[in-house]
Amino acid sequence: MLQPLAFYLFATITLLSGLMVITAKNPVHSVLFLILAFFNAAGLFVLLGAEFVAMILVIVYVGAVAVLFMFVVMMLDTGFAELRKGALQYVPLGLIIGGVLLAELITVYSAWEFSPQAASNLVSAKGNLENTRALGEILYTDYVYAFQVSGLILLVAMIGAIVLTHRTRPGVRKQRIYDQNNRKREDAMTVVKVETGAGV
Amino acid sequence: MTPEFMNTYGWPAIFMLAHIGAIIGCILGVMAYYTYAERKVLGAMQRRQGPMTVGPFGLLQPIADGIKLLSKETIIPSQANKAVFLIAPMLTFSLALVAWAVIPIDAGLALADINVGMLYLFAISSMGVYGIIMAGWASNSKYAFLGSMRSASQMVSYEVSMGLVIVTVILCTGSLNLSDIITVPRPMWVQVMLFPMLIVFLISILAECNRAPFDLPEGESEITGGFMVEYSAMTFALFFLGEYTNMILMSAMTTVLFLGGWLPPFGIEALAVVPGFIWFVLKTFLIMFFFLWARATFPRYRYDQLMRLGWKVFLPFTLIWVLVVSGSLIYFDALPR
Repeated sequence: MLQPLAFYLFATITLLSGLMVITAKNPVHSVLFLILAFFNAAGLFVLLGAEFVAMILVIVYVGAVAVLFMFVVMMLDTGFAELRKGALQYVPLGLIIGGVLLAELITVYSAWEFSPQAASNLVSAKGNLENTRALGEILYTDYVYAFQVSGLILLVAMIGAIVLTHRTRPGVRKQRIYDQNNRKREDAMTVVKVETGAGV
Repeated sequence: MTPEFMNTYGWPAIFMLAHIGAIIGCILGVMAYYTYAERKVLGAMQRRQGPMTVGPFGLLQPIADGIKLLSKETIIPSQANKAVFLIAPMLTFSLALVAWAVIPIDAGLALADINVGMLYLFAISSMGVYGIIMAGWASNSKYAFLGSMRSASQMVSYEVSMGLVIVTVILCTGSLNLSDIITVPRPMWVQVMLFPMLIVFLISILAECNRAPFDLPEGESEITGGFMVEYSAMTFALFFLGEYTNMILMSAMTTVLFLGGWLPPFGIEALAVVPGFIWFVLKTFLIMFFFLWARATFPRYRYDQLMRLGWKVFLPFTLIWVLVVSGSLIYFDALPR
């Protein structure tokens, strides 16, 4: 009884907040609704028994990706109402693309046949194994190269982003802690015996 | 209300609510007296007496403070984004409490002993940044915004090294379940290898909780009160409660990861006559004392130094140490089954 109840709760909130993401006037509110949607999607994963995926969804999307969204949206101080002024002229194009996608979805879904094993695969591929362990065993044995390659692609993307945004500015005074710690008393000052009336 | 319904849903629900109530009650009690302890410890370290006026030895001070905060007026700035402004402190406080669901205080004494407890804790603590960002943005004030920017980037940076520390511990225990992390035996040399990670973790939790010497988000001398500057009365109290609850939570997390939770210290069997939860509480208090100790000892970091420490010292070190620990676990065939 509780499972379907929780499912409909999470699903409704996910859908509603998804709708609010695109309708909210304020972009920061949009991002907040997006976070709510992610969070409820994680709840749906928990109901499926995929607790590892649920937690990773929260850690990666809510804890990292959405924080970046939030930063960007908060920093942009543009009038989003003005940006939306001309948006109506794109409605026909949007409708066409949406219609094509919907038609494709309908075609795919009507021809969809669940394999008989699918029902038993829902929780864990290997019986009563914890799904963290099950995922690990599949990921690091059968798909280890794919996994490594995806990691490498992410690394390249990260380096690319750093290279693109990194610029060296001349004349910036930087603190070099190693140099500071290595400074001896002799480098910094000399003791001078000053004669009275003679000056340095 | 059939008896069957009560047996499947009613009694478990009542039991669970009672459990939740007990946890929240304990946490709030400890938290109230943690503020008192903070002022007393700081006083002792600075050769002062600390609060002495309200009640014997000032013991009623936290209660007086609570009543004061409750009876004040809540001011909402006219330019603030009202809904977000009010949700932010609630979110901070409830996230700090929600995380306690998985902390095992004694063997089998956790509200939810879930398989991915460690990830759950990490997920909740990574969401904590939203309360602060929302507060800073919704206040519509320069200081609050600067404070929340500082806080957000600081928490995101130190979460990276915290994550890698947690990965190392999980490598040594082979489970994400908090009870398993405590009970899986670790050989002596593994303990020794984890010790540098304990140091990194202790420093990172200071930054994660925005505590001195990393309390730049609040930095009174530069940005007055940071993201909390526009908050008053109950909304401020929720931030305050959230901050202290988070400190207790991080202390409990350190206890679980490194100090062996409810097990007697140093594996001395004779000490097992003392109930497990007392050991857990004592160990948590030790780390909580560390928070105060650090605050009384170190001056505030400069912001670029804070970032340097997080990204240029802790991140490379923890990355290399993950490799070293996992390599030696494989070499000595000590990976947990």
